[in-house]
Amino acid sequence: MRAARPPFAIAALAAIGVLFFALPLAGLIYRVSWQTALSDLFTAEALLALRLSLFVSIAATALGLLLGVPLAWIYARVAFPGRNVVRALTTLPMVLPPVVGGVALLVAFGRRGLVGEWLDAGFGLRIPFTTAATVMAATFVSMPFLVLTVEAGIRSIDHRYEEAARTLGASQWRIFRQVTLPLVAPSLFAGAVLCWARALGEFGATITFAGNLPGVTQTLPLAVYIAMETRPEVAIALSLVLLLVSLGVLVALRDRYLRLD
Amino acid sequence: MHRLLTFALALVVVGCTCGGAGPATSSPTATIAPSGSPTQVPLAGSITVFAGSSLTDAFKKAGDQLKVKNPGTDFVFNFGSSSTLATQIINGAPADVFASADEANMQKIVDAKLTESAPAIFVSNRLQIAVAAGNPKQITGLADLAKPGLIVVLAAPTVPAGKYALEALQKAGVTVKPASQEVDVRAVLNKVTLGEADAGIVYVTDVKSAGAKVAGVDIPEQHQVVARYPIAVVKEAKNPRLAKAYVDYLLSDDGQRLLAEFGFSKP
Repeated sequence: MRAARPPFAIAALAAIGVLFFALPLAGLIYRVSWQTALSDLFTAEALLALRLSLFVSIAATALGLLLGVPLAWIYARVAFPGRNVVRALTTLPMVLPPVVGGVALLVAFGRRGLVGEWLDAGFGLRIPFTTAATVMAATFVSMPFLVLTVEAGIRSIDHRYEEAARTLGASQWRIFRQVTLPLVAPSLFAGAVLCWARALGEFGATITFAGNLPGVTQTLPLAVYIAMETRPEVAIALSLVLLLVSLGVLVALRDRYLRLD
Repeated sequence: MHRLLTFALALVVVGCTCGGAGPATSSPTATIAPSGSPTQVPLAGSITVFAGSSLTDAFKKAGDQLKVKNPGTDFVFNFGSSSTLATQIINGAPADVFASADEANMQKIVDAKLTESAPAIFVSNRLQIAVAAGNPKQITGLADLAKPGLIVVLAAPTVPAGKYALEALQKAGVTVKPASQEVDVRAVLNKVTLGEADAGIVYVTDVKSAGAKVAGVDIPEQHQVVARYPIAVVKEAKNPRLAKAYVDYLLSDDGQRLLAEFGFSKP
């Protein structure tokens, strides 16, 4: 198909749309003090936050895969009453303000929370203000991206492969592992990367549920927020890193796994 | 599949970008005021007041009082840590009035030549230890905050309340390992109110505002830190007349009485 020449109005509005997203990035690049950028990124606080963010986002992705893939398979393959309601419930964090998610986590898993009170009384387990809370907050907001992506992947598989395996006598579990999973590998990868990127950027639920302590719960976005008040140059350098990582993820995904044409 | 993926992609981008703090409240405004003294043009329009989070309740009440006296005026507030607000104003946030919980953050605005006139200290505040009602952990002073197993939250050392708390702890020779460094003093209070933290160092006025859920443990005079709050009209305020009226009200006897009701002390 030949590329159409867009009408002027459409091109102009689209260009404004691009500028709207490009200018903030340009602003960051413009404001970075390049002479000190490296030393800004290697300050103790930045390194602590970077390390914690890597751990938390990877842990959230692992948890997302462990719980999200079975969930996606059930949504795609098992018709049960109320499926749409349950699916909506588990994807709610995608549209929920993250702070609301944090409040909800707090009233569920906080020391006085629905489950938290019992965990504290029974096992002496307290979740808020721990790295575990940070991972939970990140998983809460990021897992839905994985679930939806993988569900869409499973739905798009040609049923006949699974049917063939079944006629050859393979068990359901074996079909899942040896036929379904390999076939959805691209979606699995795309979902995991999206999930990871969202977990890396998580702010609202984390600061509400997990608090803010360097090395324990202060992830990169929190460090950026705190640094913006006293050391804006560190905040800007860290922001640029986050932005470039996210941009890289999206560009890579679009090229390889999100072909829309 | 593709549509779902695009949707997910769009949402990941949206999700990553939110998280900053915006203005707390807003409402449409600007009606011509019918009342006021006959010789003077009545106050009208709206202003945006940026104030340290410890001023939340008192400033809203002050706005309500002025609104009753001057129909047609309106007050929009942006409460947060004074350091966040100072950063926002320096980066061009449209503030008419700035009230800081410390002089350092006001100085940043003065240094940036963003104040209309010299800031005035309008009120002062003192620190207190916030604990759950009934003080179940039997905390009697700063030294108790170092007890193992106690969950203590402080404000981040970058915000005034956190800085003051560290000063007080230093004076008392106590080292505390906080469970969290909250973004402003109200967040510290909330963690105590919710029962997630056993204790937090906040202002006297915060404990008072929390009502029955929270009790305050006094900090002895020799360890006390007095917070002096400056206020100023911001340069290029959109409504400098109303901004000045708001500041003048807080400095007046009426305003001082109102602030005292919330637990603030005279400057």
